[in-house]
Amino acid sequence: MMMRHLVLPVCAAGTLMASLALVGAAPPSPLTRQAGQQQPEVSLTISGEPGARPRYAVPDFVVRTTDADSAAAARVMGAVLWDDLAFEREFYMVPRDTYRSIPAARSVQDVPFDRWREIGADALVVGSVEMTGATTFRVEVRLFDVKSRRSVMAREYTGSLSNPRLYAHAAADDIHQQQRALRGVARTRLAFSSDRDGERVTGTVQQRDVKEIYIADYDGAYQRRVTVTHKLNIMPSWSPDGRAIAYTSYRRDFQDIYISLIYQGTLENPTGGTTQNWLPVWSPDGTRLCFTSNRDGNAELYIMNRDGSNVTRLTNNPAIDTTPTWSPSGTQIAFTSNRGGTPQIYIVDVDGLNLIKITSEAYCDRPTWSPAPFNEIAYTSRTGPGYDVKILDLASGERRQLTFGEGSNESPSYAPNGRHLAFMSTRTGKRQIFVVGRDGQGLKQITTVGNNYTPDWSK
Amino acid sequence: MHSRSVSCASLILAVTLAVTLAAACGPKQPPVARPVPPPGNTSAPTDATPAQPVVATTPAVVRDTPIVPAPAMSEDPMASRTIDDLNRESPLQAVFFEFDADELSSGARGGLEANATILKKYPTWLVTIEGHCDERGTAEYNLALGERRAVAAKSYLVSLGIPAERFRTVSYGKEFPFDPGHDESAWAKNRRAHFVITGK
Repeated sequence: MMMRHLVLPVCAAGTLMASLALVGAAPPSPLTRQAGQQQPEVSLTISGEPGARPRYAVPDFVVRTTDADSAAAARVMGAVLWDDLAFEREFYMVPRDTYRSIPAARSVQDVPFDRWREIGADALVVGSVEMTGATTFRVEVRLFDVKSRRSVMAREYTGSLSNPRLYAHAAADDIHQQQRALRGVARTRLAFSSDRDGERVTGTVQQRDVKEIYIADYDGAYQRRVTVTHKLNIMPSWSPDGRAIAYTSYRRDFQDIYISLIYQGTLENPTGGTTQNWLPVWSPDGTRLCFTSNRDGNAELYIMNRDGSNVTRLTNNPAIDTTPTWSPSGTQIAFTSNRGGTPQIYIVDVDGLNLIKITSEAYCDRPTWSPAPFNEIAYTSRTGPGYDVKILDLASGERRQLTFGEGSNESPSYAPNGRHLAFMSTRTGKRQIFVVGRDGQGLKQITTVGNNYTPDWSK
Repeated sequence: MHSRSVSCASLILAVTLAVTLAAACGPKQPPVARPVPPPGNTSAPTDATPAQPVVATTPAVVRDTPIVPAPAMSEDPMASRTIDDLNRESPLQAVFFEFDADELSSGARGGLEANATILKKYPTWLVTIEGHCDERGTAEYNLALGERRAVAAKSYLVSLGIPAERFRTVSYGKEFPFDPGHDESAWAKNRRAHFVITGK
């Protein structure tokens, strides 16, 4: 039985996004994941006490070489992995300060399982960092079932240490996948608009704050600026492959659609011309964009290919039609229209047929369709002086509220697994980005500097 | 007169004949005892006009020609201002809207009629009409609402006889509030079509 310690699952070597390169930077350096051994996968799910979530412990990673970079990275990785695993709430995370005294295991044979059982841990994550070259490192992560003392998962990641958090994020996603068949979001990002740098718009009208597109890791780390235009840039939308961001920009002093290829530093303007186009959103397959345009004299919805070709008109109504969002299958669009007198949410097929109205409240706006398997639409609803985020379950017609009048709460955007939403709230004063579970629990503030709004969660 | 002196100076540089300069600057120019080509003729000098002496005498002509400023009262203060100065104290008034509406009130129409009168007086002015919204409503929806406000203002001005080509519309939604307050008096100021002169 003890031999099972060394049974390691096979996993395909995959390329993970390693460093976050931005405008003009080189493509991300690959962080490769390798199989520990060529053995058949032994899938062992760690369970907790009956009716309880399994209790996970993530001590500091072990440093196998004496270099300072590895030591610094090891300190970061354990804490980040603990946070990543806590985020999805699939596991009970044992507080890290309760096991500082338990000695680190330098090898599989060293793991003091009795000590881990004493603090009630069901699962133990043992990680190590080792320098393997001038700028290359190997990070090993093993998951142990404390009761059976089995290694149930082992992963090895190699790459640079330009972003040590990324190794922890990759390990968290692997653990969620292996233990819960859950697609984790630890390597996803948030894009949003911000005036944090306090710059002013150049031009004939003074005293206007620049707003540029920024991105952050899903947990708020690594906040970086994407656009440098000294103009207004708002409402970003990630391409499904995470390599491009479409947004509304006033680079030419009127609203138009631009696409920044963030790893190449290049820019596309698929709608380029003199008409005004705004609020682009990618189709789930990344081949098309739905957007609002006044090209025919009124705010209507259009769909175009990513390169701007084959523009088709989706709506035709003298009222406002705007803020589109695609269904996960790419066959329907939900949007806001005031054609009934007040802004409400409607759904229409992408061929323009089968229009239905799905809200009848005071003022509903900015729908966001959830990813599958959830079949719901989050939207912004006027509930008083401000707005709250509500969620409509499309199958049952049931509505639930995610926020309750703390400031104004707007612009919901789903995590790609549908379990969390990002949104903008004024609850702390200025406009800031928050993340919350789809049950309204686990609120976390992502931004603190300046005003930050119109978040979009990468796919 | 300022621009006149500039055109005289550039003429001196561009034209190789002192006699042409004399014609352009009128009676203040001392008489020249050479044959005078037809005014505006800037082609090659005649046989009787050697090129060398002309170049030598040109600077002297500049120094010797005082430029008399035009009387100030004859200037149109609006026409002489820079675009930035004009927009700082714009002669074109903003017009205001009700919450979530783009209909023009009678007051808004009056303001647009006054703007039309000014735009007819200065037919070269190009104007961007900005649509703005108050902070209620989402940033996303307000882009469409602001667009409608700008278009409503433009349409009325066009109906008053101003060519549509002189306008460009843009919506800033609620991105650039004129009053940062959070009450009705601030909101009322921020629901507007705002006029920016972009060319003259």
